Amino acid sequence: MTGGSPFDMDDTDVAWCPGCGNFPLLASLKEALDELGKDPAEVVTVGGIGQGAKLPHYINTNIFVGLHGRALPPATAISASNPNLTVIAVGGDGDMYAEGGNHLVHTIRRNPDITNLVHNNMVYGLTRGQASPTSQKGFQTPVQTGGVTLGEFNPLAVAIALDASFVARAFVGDREGTRDIIKQAVTHRGYALVDILQPCVTFNHTNTYQYFRENTYRLGDDHDPTDRQAAFELASKQGKFGLGIYYLNKDRPTFNDGLEAYRTDPAPLFERTYDPVKISELIESKRSV
Amino acid sequence: MTGSVLRRSVDVNILLAGQAGQGIQTLETILTRVLNASGYHVHSTREIMSRIRGGQNSTTIRVSSKPVRAALRRADLLVPLHPGSLNHVKDRMDDETLVMGDAEVLFPDGNVQVPTFVDIPFKRLAGEMGNPLFANVMVAGAVASFLGVEEDILGRFLESRFSSKGKDITEGNVKAALRGMALGREQMDRGRLVLDIPRDDSTARDIMMTGTESVALGAMAGGCNFLASYPMSPATGVMSFLARNGGDLGMVVEQTEDEVAALNMVLGAWYAGARGLVTTSGGGFALMEEAMSLSGVMEMPAVIHLSQRPGPGTGLPTRTEQGDLELVLHSGHGTFPRFIFAPGTMEEAFELTIRAFDMADRFQVPAVILTDQYFVDMQCNLKKLGDVPSVVDRHFIKAGDGYRRYEITPDGVSPRGVPGYGGQPIVADSHEHDQDGHINEDLDLRVRMVDKRLAKERSMIESSSQPELTGPDDHSVLVISWGSTGPVVAEALGLLDRDDTAHMHFTQLWPLPSGLDGTLGKADRVIVVEGNPTGQFADLLQNTTGVPIPHRLLKYTGIQFYVEEVLEGVNGLLSEGGQ
Repeated sequence: MTGGSPFDMDDTDVAWCPGCGNFPLLASLKEALDELGKDPAEVVTVGGIGQGAKLPHYINTNIFVGLHGRALPPATAISASNPNLTVIAVGGDGDMYAEGGNHLVHTIRRNPDITNLVHNNMVYGLTRGQASPTSQKGFQTPVQTGGVTLGEFNPLAVAIALDASFVARAFVGDREGTRDIIKQAVTHRGYALVDILQPCVTFNHTNTYQYFRENTYRLGDDHDPTDRQAAFELASKQGKFGLGIYYLNKDRPTFNDGLEAYRTDPAPLFERTYDPVKISELIESKRSV
Repeated sequence: MTGSVLRRSVDVNILLAGQAGQGIQTLETILTRVLNASGYHVHSTREIMSRIRGGQNSTTIRVSSKPVRAALRRADLLVPLHPGSLNHVKDRMDDETLVMGDAEVLFPDGNVQVPTFVDIPFKRLAGEMGNPLFANVMVAGAVASFLGVEEDILGRFLESRFSSKGKDITEGNVKAALRGMALGREQMDRGRLVLDIPRDDSTARDIMMTGTESVALGAMAGGCNFLASYPMSPATGVMSFLARNGGDLGMVVEQTEDEVAALNMVLGAWYAGARGLVTTSGGGFALMEEAMSLSGVMEMPAVIHLSQRPGPGTGLPTRTEQGDLELVLHSGHGTFPRFIFAPGTMEEAFELTIRAFDMADRFQVPAVILTDQYFVDMQCNLKKLGDVPSVVDRHFIKAGDGYRRYEITPDGVSPRGVPGYGGQPIVADSHEHDQDGHINEDLDLRVRMVDKRLAKERSMIESSSQPELTGPDDHSVLVISWGSTGPVVAEALGLLDRDDTAHMHFTQLWPLPSGLDGTLGKADRVIVVEGNPTGQFADLLQNTTGVPIPHRLLKYTGIQFYVEEVLEGVNGLLSEGGQ
């Protein structure tokens, strides 16, 4: 971890296994926020439930750690209630792609100005080794005893199909690359999905550090992230995992852009004054004449 | 046809019946507004099927010389718009019920089966005036004429109502309504009905309000500036009202993908310093239960409007019941305090919704406002809805150095900071946590944290109002109601007129005030009147006070009690003798 980061916590008892892919992810996130000059008191890290979703407890920011699968609705509401905050929703592949799948779809449609980091280790860690939506076919678990038969969830292709405004993939073994993608995601105005490949050293002995090193590559300069068709094709392709920004749509208005509450007043809701006169007028308008 | 005469001198109960899409709601709006503007007190309630077209629905409009807050079963004047309507409301008709309608429409075989029938060929006459759709305003005109409404009042109301539809449609409607009035007056000249109901000129300046509006306005006056909900009958009206009127007040209103998202969003909004509301019904609330529990452990305020309809499952989606008290009382896993409010009148709904926001914020707990389909769809006239507070007390603080979100305090309430205010990071956590809000499995701390959260209930009770007791202090019979059933029971007991009977109306169902065991134990007989099959509130009172409550008047047909039913039911229970 970086020494002296304003995002470091004192004396934290971290619940992750030694060697867990969450450690480098946390380090990359802290570096990204530090390099962007963010103030910890203006950042909110929102977590669901799972090993990855414990991350907010290990970073010095505002935190909201809620329910399994439900990080995106409160993250959206926090951003809609106070647009000055930098909101980052974190969780694993089970949290975001299984339990929270419906929220993922509709958060992409809403396009709130939040960053969504998904710790994708292709297995359930906290519940001890069952398949996740991204587990690969044939992957054997205590429940999928004959190996996974369900089709793999492809988060990038789904997000691009829904015209998510920022879609990227990173691998925690590529620290600089991960940090840079997170920096761009946080800076992006709108919903930014970063699917982050990471090994689970305890429950996934297939998709290891070595596996990911051998099966990932950085997207080349020839990929144009504003080309949605090309992005979809790239995301749908079988084989090695490309790392980088797949798709970018800077033209989509954000959720807050569409809210009447912010049309003339940028102030967070909690700073605004209550207007009893307008309410009284509304009641009076119900009088028969 | 006979020469029967309908005579009423205190109030008249008008029943409009027809299929969905036939315009009953328009008739209801026109009649309630013009009758109120003409010096009458009005109260209306509707029962509808869960369909957009067809079926059989009805609306009851009670017109009175005195303020009215409850519906009568008896139909004085019945206006059926469809051949099936007569059968639909047959249980509410008696020998005196005057039925007004179009024989051509209602009895196509020419066989008029109702002795008290007043035939007016609305359909043919409307056609002659250029548009069969004018038949409804013609009906409105006829009914209005029976109560002496001035042409000018009806004309002006229709002009304002139809103005957006262009000059021809407006003029056509006004002409048809006036024709309807003339037709109505002909029937009065024939002596078919004499409605000598004294008028109260002050009603013309009254507020006409629905239960939905009283909850939504209470939310606004409670400082609500965030709503997230998924549409569900009968609760959607609150969302529509705030979407239509909240923009001016800087309110964020979002229709979510599901109810799970709705309450989770509202918790996020409160965390960030907004004041959030969800509006839903029982099935939607069932999906919110985990978030309800999150509110409990996070000590994050939340306000939930739950408008009840009969379950289980989809049940009767457009009808009423008081069947979700136990759901709300026990909702969410784990143990944590909560408020449950249940208004019976518009004024109570306004005040309690304001109060729900204040109490949720002050004690950092979820607060539920329990209404039902009967309540939200009900309309009546009011002198005043209530006082709009001049300021909203917001109970969060500016967090400074050394701030601990879940600091253990004597009353269990830890000062709540919000992110971006005070320079300290604010922690909110779903796990059992330490005073800083971080995951902690120290089991002694676990006990202290549970106790801290539950300690709030003491101050919550101290801050609560007592149930309203009406009647003699030395009563031997105590009749108890809660929520929307209150005004029905109040009127029935007034008619019963016994000097040994008192009425206790609860608008806060949880936590209950202390000392109730004494109050209940004092009466020889306690009767609880409520709209569910088992007596959920009676059970709650029994379990809380230890006083057995075997006498229960229950209704769960999907329709609210009528005044006559409570009168007959209480009389029946009292004449059973013994205890």
